[in-house]
Amino acid sequence: MNTLIAIAGLGIVCLIAEIFNLRKAIVPVTIIGLMAILGLTVNDYFGLGLDSANTERTEAFYNNMIVNNSYAMAFTGLFIVLTIFLVALTPEFHKNHKAKLSDFVAIKLFLLAGAVAMVSFGNLAMFFLGIEVLSIALYVLAASEPKNIKSNEAGMKYFLMGAFASGILLFGIALIYGATGSFDNTAIYAAVLTGNLPGWFFMGIVMLSIGLLFKIAAVPFHFWAPDVYQGSPALTTATMSTLAKVAAMAAFFKLMSNLNHTVPGAYITIIIIVSILSMTVGNLMALKQDSVKRMLAFSGISHAGFMLMVFLNPMVMKGVLLYYAAAYALAGIAAFAVILYVTSGKENEDVYQFNGLGKTNPLMAAVLTCSLLSMAGIPIFSGFFGKFFLFENVLENGFVYVVIAGVINSIISVGYYFKLILAMYNKDATGEAVKVPVSYSIVAVAAILLNLAIGLYPDAVLHLIK
Amino acid sequence: MENILQEIGIDNYIYLSALLFCVGAFGVLYRRNAIVMFMSIEIMLNAVNLLLVAFSTYHQDAAGQVFVFFSMAVAAAEVAVGLAILVAVYRNISNIDIDNLKKLKG
Repeated sequence: MNTLIAIAGLGIVCLIAEIFNLRKAIVPVTIIGLMAILGLTVNDYFGLGLDSANTERTEAFYNNMIVNNSYAMAFTGLFIVLTIFLVALTPEFHKNHKAKLSDFVAIKLFLLAGAVAMVSFGNLAMFFLGIEVLSIALYVLAASEPKNIKSNEAGMKYFLMGAFASGILLFGIALIYGATGSFDNTAIYAAVLTGNLPGWFFMGIVMLSIGLLFKIAAVPFHFWAPDVYQGSPALTTATMSTLAKVAAMAAFFKLMSNLNHTVPGAYITIIIIVSILSMTVGNLMALKQDSVKRMLAFSGISHAGFMLMVFLNPMVMKGVLLYYAAAYALAGIAAFAVILYVTSGKENEDVYQFNGLGKTNPLMAAVLTCSLLSMAGIPIFSGFFGKFFLFENVLENGFVYVVIAGVINSIISVGYYFKLILAMYNKDATGEAVKVPVSYSIVAVAAILLNLAIGLYPDAVLHLIK
Repeated sequence: MENILQEIGIDNYIYLSALLFCVGAFGVLYRRNAIVMFMSIEIMLNAVNLLLVAFSTYHQDAAGQVFVFFSMAVAAAEVAVGLAILVAVYRNISNIDIDNLKKLKG
């Protein structure tokens, strides 16, 4: 609870700092503040402990609006780490618009507040507010270059699709309320256990799922993602493909493991189909992209497909979801830090911009290579272990064909990740080498080191959720 | 209120709001003017509000009506952002037809 208030407060402090001419202090203060909030979250996490029956204790605040449990705290920690990286990238990226710096930082903090509300909700009202705060912040960020027609188009498309999805999601919430008579998670869970529910309830779950599949950009609700990712400013693309996607996935998982106690069979079949389609369509479309942002958008779609596999055994796979999400998001941050460096001041983000990066800037090329290898699932990087634990658990539950599809897709994905790696090392540089801004290299190296660290010590992350 | 709800029946409220919701959804899908699309999204959200209020009375529970306030506030914030984006688009292309936004392709 304190986490959420502190994050929103920090956002407001950012806005006020601009009024008092403290622009230089905004980013350092925000990063230190976020680290303090991370410490608070860790403290709360260890404060939870186990009760006498050796089950996890939860803490509820404000009439069960916010529920702190290890799932919520672990994901909150991940979101805060991602936001620290994103905020650290902000001043360099917006160096030509210094006057807007406080807005960009504050919006990112409000986005984080939305993401935290999405994983620690105890009531559907809180969940709805969280997802809307996250989405509205992202609409603003996507359209944050008003003179750039591409950014306009991305913002417009994202807004229309996002609002449409919110409408569907809200209709789902209304139907669930109608069926159970409450927005409260525990009350809904109790109503589900009685098993005496009208048909609307299942329609509600389906509409809620559609709304969230829109947000995580899973096939067949993915069509907005490539355009929006390509048109948005690169830092916004980084935010969308890491923080927003992971937050939506975590919220989807929490919601469904809560509501879906009695709907096995058919729902699982749909999730399997969506998962396999997302992986296949995402990877096949990514193969023929020239723009790196667009390629990573399709790569994000395929990763959403991988993450959807956790629904096949929700009780066991909470930890795997956290691990996979952390691995994917950290690799994404590292990759985008390099992309921001390479494409700053350039017109497009095509692959040829990366030609010869291995010679002109070996460090950044190495970081980008590592992060792409992690996303492709090559060992020693945490992306590999994420996929490994995922496949292992899915196999244990007997869904062999899902694993086969996943493995084939991992192989396909190597194709387009290596296109970029080959461009960096096998081709000659076209332009002159530009010096790397310090903040970009720090974020890139720190993110990839964290990625390696959780690859070497997977247990540290895997068992955070009890 | 209770008597009216009992006479009409909750089912009819659900049908009405589902119908309104579909009107909004088809508006978003078929109309090409951005303002009309915004209006259609508002119709979808208001259909949900109607449903929430009907269920609230049906269950004799105020939570549904409180939720409507949340969803109204959110819809207002959403449209404020949407209109701002629309103004930016209009300044660039002097037009608000969605079909003119075709710069992004792959």
